[in-house]
Amino acid sequence: MQVFLDQLWIARFALWDGFLLTVQIAAASILFGTLLGGIVGIQLSYAPWWLKLPFRLYVDIMRGTPVLVLILAAFYIPSVAGLSLGPTQAGILALSLFAGAHIGELLRGSLQAIPPGQAEAGRSIGLTFPQLLAYVLLPQAARSALPPWINTGVELIKGSSLLSMIGVGELLLKTQEIIGRNFMTIQFYVFAGILYLAINIVLDQLGKAVERRVGQH
Amino acid sequence: MDKQQPLLAIRGLTKRFGTVDVLKGVDLDLDRRDVVSIIGSSGSGKTTLLRCVNLLEEYQGGDIVLDGETIGYRSANGRRHRFGDRELSRQRSMTGMVFQSFNLFPHLTAAGNVMLGLRKVLRLPKAEARAVAETWLTRVGLAARADHYPSQLSGGQQQRVAIARALAMNPKLVLLDEVTSALDPELVQEVLNTVKSIADDGATLLIVTHEMRFARDVSSRVVFMEQGRIVEDGPPEQIFGAPKNQRLAAFLRNTRH
Ligand SMILES: Nc1ncnc2c1ncn2[C@@H]1O[C@H](COP(=O)(O)OP(=O)(O)OP(=O)(O)O)[C@@H](O)[C@H]1O
Ligand SMILES: [Mg+2]
Repeated sequence: MQVFLDQLWIARFALWDGFLLTVQIAAASILFGTLLGGIVGIQLSYAPWWLKLPFRLYVDIMRGTPVLVLILAAFYIPSVAGLSLGPTQAGILALSLFAGAHIGELLRGSLQAIPPGQAEAGRSIGLTFPQLLAYVLLPQAARSALPPWINTGVELIKGSSLLSMIGVGELLLKTQEIIGRNFMTIQFYVFAGILYLAINIVLDQLGKAVERRVGQH
Repeated sequence: MDKQQPLLAIRGLTKRFGTVDVLKGVDLDLDRRDVVSIIGSSGSGKTTLLRCVNLLEEYQGGDIVLDGETIGYRSANGRRHRFGDRELSRQRSMTGMVFQSFNLFPHLTAAGNVMLGLRKVLRLPKAEARAVAETWLTRVGLAARADHYPSQLSGGQQQRVAIARALAMNPKLVLLDEVTSALDPELVQEVLNTVKSIADDGATLLIVTHEMRFARDVSSRVVFMEQGRIVEDGPPEQIFGAPKNQRLAAFLRNTRH
């Protein structure tokens, strides 16, 4: 145990950097994914079929592809096209596209679950479509989409570990590097596992707290 | 004011759902302060007619003229074009609608429900919108419930908030579609009394109802709809006392209790 703690102390900066990068990657991906998913969900719910089609295609492709494949694609395809994305950027791109599809789909579900009488009542007082969305539909959809949205965040934290495959120095890669030096395989993997678990428990509790606050009515 | 021109003129309105003709040429005029009740059996097209007037449904033929303005469609080169979102929204704001199932916004308080249109459509400043909302909630007997959410109100209270929400917009015309049929029997009267009192205050109302006694009390005219047509139109004494149409007489026999 003492040996492990000594090694942990030596590795503290590396682990902290990895931990921070994991959180940053997940945060950036959930941010971009939510913006993208907002657009996708609205289009899937209300656009005419020909406009809906490309969004549907995007969502189905993203949801049907393993995240690791998305990450490798985001890393290698742009470089073929002459664009140079760093591994972290490519990773955030892949995870954002993944999150955008999931959030778009769950927003679509939430919007379609709103009784049609809500939109009619909003229209009947004279709200335009954008106003109807902003003040009547999205606030209601956001409530029911919140728990699965948090869950997407958890998926992103876990998914970010796959970025170690393209050399992003997030928590898992840092852990592997440390193990490469001190050979304390089990101890450091367990430690990393505990860190992932901790982030996800915090996220989960955060979600529950927000839900309690907005879910009263 | 032009005495010749009715506030609402519906001319030859036709509406199809798929291949089913639901409205087969409806003509109806309302003057200012008229209270017109529509009665008729289930499926005769009463709700559909109100929804067309509130521009919640598209329709295939005929015109709806509100206060001199043809709403819903414009004609160009002999073809009809549905107005765009902004114009339809503006036209919808001139009529209020109260729904059978209340349709209050669950994420907003009673006052919030009434204020939304005042703020976003009529663009009143917040304090002013709040004052108008409170006036109307007081008017329907719910001053003390202004900050309650719909889930904290009884059905009758929710429907009265919905009436306040519609009337606060100061519409030219208010459409009411069976506003008491989703209510427990003991809550019906409070809502009917509220409707009666806004009628007495001079609002122009087009009411779909199955409450025959109420229709008789409140209406200046009653129309009977049958299979997508208005087949009789007259003062309540005539409709209920001396119906001319066979189907109307049969309908009244079946609904009288
Ligand atoms: N969205 C719709 N799609 C297809 N058919 C519809 C739709 N809405 C109404 N209809 C049909 O149109 C006809 C008239 O319906 P409407 O709701 O206007 O009748 P109503 O007179 O209001 O009846 P009720 O007294 O039961 O409320 C019915 O045959 C109904 O089945
Ligand atoms: Mg009806």
